[in-house]
Amino acid sequence: MSVDKPSWRELPPGAIPYLSSAEYETGDWGVSNPSIDLSRCTRCTLCHFYCPEGAIRMGEDGYPHVDLRYCKGCGVCAEECPVKCIRMVAKA
Amino acid sequence: MKVPEKQILMGLNGDEAAAYAVKQVNPDVVAAYPITPQTIIVERFSEYVADGLVDTEFISVESEHSALSCCVGAAAAGGRAFTATAANGLALMWEITYIASALRLPIVMAVANRALSAPINIHNDHSDAMGARDSGWIQIWCENSQEVYDACIEAWRMGEHPDVQLPVMVNLDGFTLSHTLENVLTLPDEVVQEFVGERNFMRVRGHMGEAEFRLDPERPLTIGPLDLPDFYYEHKLHQVEALKAALKAIPTVDEEYWEVSGRKYELIHPYRLEDAEIALIGLGSTMGTVMHVVDELREEGVKAGALKLRIFRPFPEEALKEALRGIPAIGVLDRAISFGAPGGPLYMEVKTILYEEDDRPIVVNYIHGLGGRDTPPDLIRSIYKNLDQARVRGRAEERVVYAGVRG
Repeated sequence: MSVDKPSWRELPPGAIPYLSSAEYETGDWGVSNPSIDLSRCTRCTLCHFYCPEGAIRMGEDGYPHVDLRYCKGCGVCAEECPVKCIRMVAKA
Repeated sequence: MKVPEKQILMGLNGDEAAAYAVKQVNPDVVAAYPITPQTIIVERFSEYVADGLVDTEFISVESEHSALSCCVGAAAAGGRAFTATAANGLALMWEITYIASALRLPIVMAVANRALSAPINIHNDHSDAMGARDSGWIQIWCENSQEVYDACIEAWRMGEHPDVQLPVMVNLDGFTLSHTLENVLTLPDEVVQEFVGERNFMRVRGHMGEAEFRLDPERPLTIGPLDLPDFYYEHKLHQVEALKAALKAIPTVDEEYWEVSGRKYELIHPYRLEDAEIALIGLGSTMGTVMHVVDELREEGVKAGALKLRIFRPFPEEALKEALRGIPAIGVLDRAISFGAPGGPLYMEVKTILYEEDDRPIVVNYIHGLGGRDTPPDLIRSIYKNLDQARVRGRAEERVVYAGVRG
């Protein structure tokens, strides 16, 4: 577990999340991570828009960057990439 | 005790008593769907809305599932929300009953208790509310229309108590109470308004810092999202604690209500139990008949007593044990069957709490009154007689007796 979790006595009532989703790191959920071959990337931004977690951001360099703190390894980016420059690599 | 002089005596059936009390409370939202024998509550209330006597937003919905869902939304937005239902309507709400309590939303709902289908039957028994007994709601059970009126006012304060924050179900027996005209003492509007006051909110730590527990764009909260195995269990403990707290909070509300109304309610209502050798425990309107029979039996020299359970959830375990201590034979009246179980729902719980007593009494279950089957004084007498035989014999011939069924 990525966060130390409080006892039931410390949690706010009403079953509301006391952290924003930015603080729930889900990067350890998946079994694989995307690996992008930037030499073939056309910077089309489709992977950025398709990523269900918002874990792929377009950098100032114009290329996509995967935030592995949140990537769940679903593989949607690799599936949608028009030039197939994203490959899912099994975690070690 | 400052009881207002101007209590007005009105002729109201149970449904009208509920509607009138809620009119005086003037909640923000009423969302309901008509179903016999609750229909009069919704009809009367919609008349109050049409006549401009309340400020309530009345939402006509397509089902009971939607009715309670609307109440969840309204209560989460910070409003006071009321609904009413019965039988299959409550069954259709089932999913949302758990959501309302887990989200700690102090909705008030009147249930005109009615048998569940099939076969279809519109008359009274307790199978509907018993089906919702694990849903985390406070359950008040009424003996007459006066109790319905008073409960529909007190319920708001019980549910909204800072330590509680839970939905409250006010149970009234279908037809026996819902459609029977009785004299009901009503408080002036301003006394009710002052008693219920403004809704209390929990303070919570949300993802944007501390806030009142209600949907507010200025202080956003996420209410009811996904809870995985690492949080769900902890959140259920909150509900356990809230119902424990309700056991302490309800008597304080009763005390305050006593001061304004002169009518004193308690978790349980023991009747002539002091030296009783046989006693019946039960819920709702039947207990009026039972207490009448107790008086008759006492005149005949039979040491009979009774105990009306007003609050079934949270289960008033300590109060019950205290009241029942020393009584050798106890009969539990269940107006519902828990199919395949060792007995009716109330019987199982009463027997469970008595297990650790030093002097365990004989406990017999009497199922009765299903689908509106009458429970007249003669039947109650025969139940007391059966219970007394068990006492004399030292054991019950039958642990579960289906009283009043054609054999």
